[in-house]
Amino acid sequence: MPKTIPVPDALDKPFWDAVNEKRLVLQFCTACEKLQYPIKADCVHCDVKGQLEWKEVEGKGHILETLVVHDTRVVRLKGDVPFNVAIISLDEDPDINFLANLPGTPVNEAPQGAAVEVVFEELEPGRFIHDWKVVE
Amino acid sequence: MTSSAGGFPRYAEGMGLWEHRGKVAVVGYGYSEIDRRWDGVSMDRTLGAFQLAAMQNAIEDAGLTAADIDGFMCSEAMAGDSWAQEDRGDPRPYFDPPYDSEDGLSLTSADWLIAGMAREGTPLSNLQYIDRNQLAIGQETGKAAQVVGDGQANVLLMTYNMGNVPGRYKLEEGDYSEGARKWSAPWGWMTSAMMQHAFVFMQYCTKYGGSHDDLAPFVLNQRRNGLLTPWGYYAQHEPYQITLEDYLTQRYICWPNGLLDSDRPVNHAFAMIFTTAERAKDMKQKPIYVLSHVQASHPTKSTMATLEDHEAFTDSLARRLYEGAGARPEDLDIFNPYDGFATFTQSYLEGFQWHGVKRGEAFDFYAGDIRVEGPHPFNSSGGNLGCGRTRTAMYTDSIEQLRGTAGARQVTVRAETAAMGQVTPGGNGHIFLSVHPQI
Repeated sequence: MPKTIPVPDALDKPFWDAVNEKRLVLQFCTACEKLQYPIKADCVHCDVKGQLEWKEVEGKGHILETLVVHDTRVVRLKGDVPFNVAIISLDEDPDINFLANLPGTPVNEAPQGAAVEVVFEELEPGRFIHDWKVVE
Repeated sequence: MTSSAGGFPRYAEGMGLWEHRGKVAVVGYGYSEIDRRWDGVSMDRTLGAFQLAAMQNAIEDAGLTAADIDGFMCSEAMAGDSWAQEDRGDPRPYFDPPYDSEDGLSLTSADWLIAGMAREGTPLSNLQYIDRNQLAIGQETGKAAQVVGDGQANVLLMTYNMGNVPGRYKLEEGDYSEGARKWSAPWGWMTSAMMQHAFVFMQYCTKYGGSHDDLAPFVLNQRRNGLLTPWGYYAQHEPYQITLEDYLTQRYICWPNGLLDSDRPVNHAFAMIFTTAERAKDMKQKPIYVLSHVQASHPTKSTMATLEDHEAFTDSLARRLYEGAGARPEDLDIFNPYDGFATFTQSYLEGFQWHGVKRGEAFDFYAGDIRVEGPHPFNSSGGNLGCGRTRTAMYTDSIEQLRGTAGARQVTVRAETAAMGQVTPGGNGHIFLSVHPQI
């Protein structure tokens, strides 16, 4: 799928730099000891500011549910419908969830609850994005 | 979520009775005609023209003159689809004043509306209070009630619109994603509540059982109620009932959300008048008292909010609205929760425990008798699904049910209180109305 290409900013550049190295690095609040994704300026779990650090995670998760997109406003993806959009919970912290297209899994065949692992797709030379793939 | 004891917004738990309970009343409402889209030609059917008509109709309904209005409130934020939307890209011609810019055509500013009322010979000549920055009608109605209760305005005219123009709705073009969109668009997540709620709906089905098709009785009944709403989009332009077969064979947009589970954007405007209970005593219409209002704004803690989140959000919402009104679930007669997508309305139904419906029981409730003439007239307005995406049918219906003027939709059960709101469990405003100043 021709995913749109994320444009890093100053805040999330470390995250995308890690993705380009095929690593998944999330924010970690040292005050409340919670992971955070997507990347934000402040911790969404507690009121303490300035305590966010970067922490690499293993990249294993499970499928919560899978939607199937039949019509999309995202013009770049119009030629790829229908496609999966799964919601993945991270094993290291199930409150963290990601979107995934489940490459290799046909639509309407995504096994609910299945184990998945992070994969990295190259969108432009040297620019990667994370996705999640069902573990066989 | 930050809290506020008194004032606006009312987010906090444990606020007790609303300090102005029964001291503010709704005394008028009005609405415009309705179109699927503005056609780009008819100057009497622009969003601005529609909104001026709605405001004038509300003033007339209240038995007032424009000079009686001392407070004005609107939402300048583009709620529908405007030609001015940045990514639309295509330039368009403008016209002679007052249509020499986008203002008045597919979006409306407070200045344009106030000038328009003067141009039409109904000047709002005594305004002391102007609020142009409301997000959407759910929050706006609560703010209007609060402003009157706080004494910042004595007679407040509140107006809201939803616009729609030709073309596909809010396309997301380009090869790159910036800002918040970089965390969603690459995987095909659209800027819409649809996918969020499709996900939570699937979690709901997994937890409690059932499937998409269990929404059919609700969606069909929404259309039926909408067809009983004379001004609504379907009553006006597509006056036929959808069937179970239509529903089960509908085109899916994002499974499990289909075309018939989604409201249709329209061009329409609405207005409502609030005043003090004291002033309302001698006015044309029977006062509809405001007993409470609350708002919610919950940050999403990861990419997606979950069923657990939405249940907690709507439990809190219902608890706070009931508490502010001094009411219990059994005191709520008319309930018009939001239905922009059919997949989330059950969250409100169960959170408010309307007619005793608890978590996981919505599908059984939908399969029962929810017709307006039956014992459980759920969402008697028809909502957005039945009337088009005006976001205001739940307000017009609630007022009409309490006045006893709902015509073919008039419920046969008691209709002395009503609750309604908009938009989604994560962010919304709700209001509690009653024919009595207290329960």
